[in-house]
Amino acid sequence: MWDKVKEFASEFFVTGDPLIYGADVSIALTLIAIVSVLTYYKKWGWLWREWLTTVDHKRIGIMYILASVLMLFRGGVDALLMRAQLAMPELQFLPAEHYNQIFTTHGVIMILFMAMPLMFGLFNVIVPLQLGARDVAFPFLNSLSFWLFFSGAMLFNLSFVIGGSPDAGWLAYPPYSDKTFNPGYGQDFYIWGIQISGIGSLMTGINFIVTILKMRTPGMTLMKMPMFSWSVLSSCIAIVFAFPILTVTLALLFIDRYLGGHIFTLDGGGNPMMYINLIWMWGHPEVYILVLPAFGIFSEIAATFSKKKLFGYKSMVFAMMIISVVSFLTWAHHFFTMGSGADVNAFFALSTMVIAIPTGVKVFNWLFTMFRGKVTFETPMLWMIGIIPNFVIGGMTGVLLSVAPADFQYHNSYFLIAHFHQVIIAGVVFGFFAGLYYWWPKLFGFKLNERLGRLAFWLWNIGFYLCFMPQYALGLMGMTRRVYTYGWDKGWFEMNLVSTIGAVLMGAAFIVQVWDIAHSLKKMDREGTQDPWNARTLEWSIPSPAPFYNFATLPQVTHQDDWWEKKQRGWSAPAVELEPIHMPKNSGIPIIMSMFWFFSGFGLVFDWLWLTVPGFVGVLACMIVHSFNYKPDYYVPVEEVQRVEAAARRGSK
Amino acid sequence: MAQTHSNAEHHGHGHEHPDQEEMRTFAFWIYLMTDVILFATLFATYIVLQGNTDGGPGPKDIFQMNGIYASTFILLTSSFTSGLALLAMHKGNRLALMNWLWVTIFLGASFLFLEVNEFMHMVHEGATISTSAFLTAFYTLVGTHGLHVALGLGWMIILIIQIAKHGITPVTKRKVNIVSLFWHFLDIVWIFVFTIVYLLGVK
Repeated sequence: MWDKVKEFASEFFVTGDPLIYGADVSIALTLIAIVSVLTYYKKWGWLWREWLTTVDHKRIGIMYILASVLMLFRGGVDALLMRAQLAMPELQFLPAEHYNQIFTTHGVIMILFMAMPLMFGLFNVIVPLQLGARDVAFPFLNSLSFWLFFSGAMLFNLSFVIGGSPDAGWLAYPPYSDKTFNPGYGQDFYIWGIQISGIGSLMTGINFIVTILKMRTPGMTLMKMPMFSWSVLSSCIAIVFAFPILTVTLALLFIDRYLGGHIFTLDGGGNPMMYINLIWMWGHPEVYILVLPAFGIFSEIAATFSKKKLFGYKSMVFAMMIISVVSFLTWAHHFFTMGSGADVNAFFALSTMVIAIPTGVKVFNWLFTMFRGKVTFETPMLWMIGIIPNFVIGGMTGVLLSVAPADFQYHNSYFLIAHFHQVIIAGVVFGFFAGLYYWWPKLFGFKLNERLGRLAFWLWNIGFYLCFMPQYALGLMGMTRRVYTYGWDKGWFEMNLVSTIGAVLMGAAFIVQVWDIAHSLKKMDREGTQDPWNARTLEWSIPSPAPFYNFATLPQVTHQDDWWEKKQRGWSAPAVELEPIHMPKNSGIPIIMSMFWFFSGFGLVFDWLWLTVPGFVGVLACMIVHSFNYKPDYYVPVEEVQRVEAAARRGSK
Repeated sequence: MAQTHSNAEHHGHGHEHPDQEEMRTFAFWIYLMTDVILFATLFATYIVLQGNTDGGPGPKDIFQMNGIYASTFILLTSSFTSGLALLAMHKGNRLALMNWLWVTIFLGASFLFLEVNEFMHMVHEGATISTSAFLTAFYTLVGTHGLHVALGLGWMIILIIQIAKHGITPVTKRKVNIVSLFWHFLDIVWIFVFTIVYLLGVK
């Protein structure tokens, strides 16, 4: 009996690596700490009522952002471990298998569990406020999306200590990700972690399309809508078209692994290249899904801090819509070397070059917005300006990569690594940082420290250039991605060392940011947080943090940048009689249903039907219970609205 | 119909907040588009892999067209009866609505029964999901459609209970409307399955 338990445990838990034992201990200690703090201060009820069951878009957004910062930490530690291993030739810090696992989890976590939730967090917190709406179209669904994302992310992260991490790269190409070559549990954790959170992403896409098209406040026609909301619309359209492809691709991979199918296998007539096509049909739009909202953020910031209307509003809208369509026509540029022939490669090379045009239009629009504006350089604007050269370099190297014949040289080299980090870190992540610094006072009702913000900005940027500029050169010198070590004779040592120093600086920058938040939380500077930047759009017309119903009376919009126009006209809110406000009720079903999803996913990973079947039954039961709930909403009485308004105005003025 | 419905009750406030039921129907159309993409991906996979039989049985060896004609006829009829259910609902005839939904469920269940039978027969003949790429793609595509049908059946049963409880209200009306959209959609997908998988398969 005891031997059986020991045998099971040695397979179930990841053993033998001191780094992982250390992680085990720290995870256990953190969990114990959280549970004891919550119990000691009797906060379980509060946590359940106010956060875990909330359907308030602002709170869901904050939970997304919190989760994404945690994931940024884990993905960042992965990155530092890799850079430590590559700092010098022939280092013995990480063995090859462990290195493979780390680059896999780094990629998956950074794209799917860090960038996506940070983006969804900003969608959630800002879009309804910008539209003058009281919540998203489907608040229950929104909460479910968050908890599905969270379950998926936890399932994926669990593979670190239970069962073993995946190691087939962030897109898990077969045949290596097939059962024959990869019999462990890691790949199944990968499939179900992404699958479960992917369902959540798809629902968020639908939710925000409906919110934007149907919930705008009276008078806000589409062409008067703030640019960030436009960018969210274009991104969500791409989500709705791209994510079903991901769902099917992962399901097919799972059928191959679990039921012995032959879709992507080498034997039985399968076709591994089919997988690579399918995954990039999702994967390429995915990077545009991430960067489009960042473009929206830059547009808001450029206009606000130049005290000017956004230059070329219409061309910006068209550029975004064109990008969200053309992004579906470029996928094969990820594998020019596959051998599809000159005609196919020429088509995808051209479509890739074409997509650079609308992107270029945007950069010029931002520059012309700043041109002759009264530009001020607060932290959000610093990020915005820093991103322009960064993104232009990233875009130009992208155009270099799109030249199919030349790509045979760049393919899978560090040149490519440097390129996509430049567009994803310096475009997407810095863009979301800019958005966080910009909207922080609105989210939380207190200001961040400007000096620490500047320090973090410079550390991130210097660290970024130090880390990735040498990698372009390393790529041209022949260093390929995913090598876990290299010899002294290669001549790659100095540049790799510089690159590692850059990575450490970015790590330091992250710590400065966390310190900034802790410091500002303690100081609680609430002075003038309602509209600290003298901004232009509706979210700045209400108190910070926004009351749970957002707008006591729905604003009537007449202009683009309506709040700015109202301020110019010396407008003051007319005394309208308040009405009871229609709001959704909180619900525990989303978190419970997502737990059932987690159990089914976990059961499928270990092939435990006794867990999978009850898991799915639980999911269905939750759906049915929700379907029978005919009272999902209530009315907030006028007296409460008056009380909340008075308190909020006192707090943030 | 006498029960209170917090959604239906407050329709007078329409100018204040958007019409929930209309938004839900619109969202369901977007969901259907995502389902179109899902099936399109499966069809693409099937078309790429249909010739890869790896020496095993091909379409001509295993498809028994008589059963397929029967199940096609049954599913198309069920689409018609779900339309009749909708007509009864618009006339306000609750009993007829529930009865037509039951007829639709019965036809859908017959379709599923025939499909399971077909699959079992094929497995018995040695054509399983792990035999060849063609068969994996076949079972995945047709099975995903079948799974959708099964979910639709459960959904209709739940709806009938709600109609019995609440009557024809704006909420139940919207629910019946979208379940019938779903059902017609599955019918259209089946027409593609029928043509691309079966008719072109045995040609």
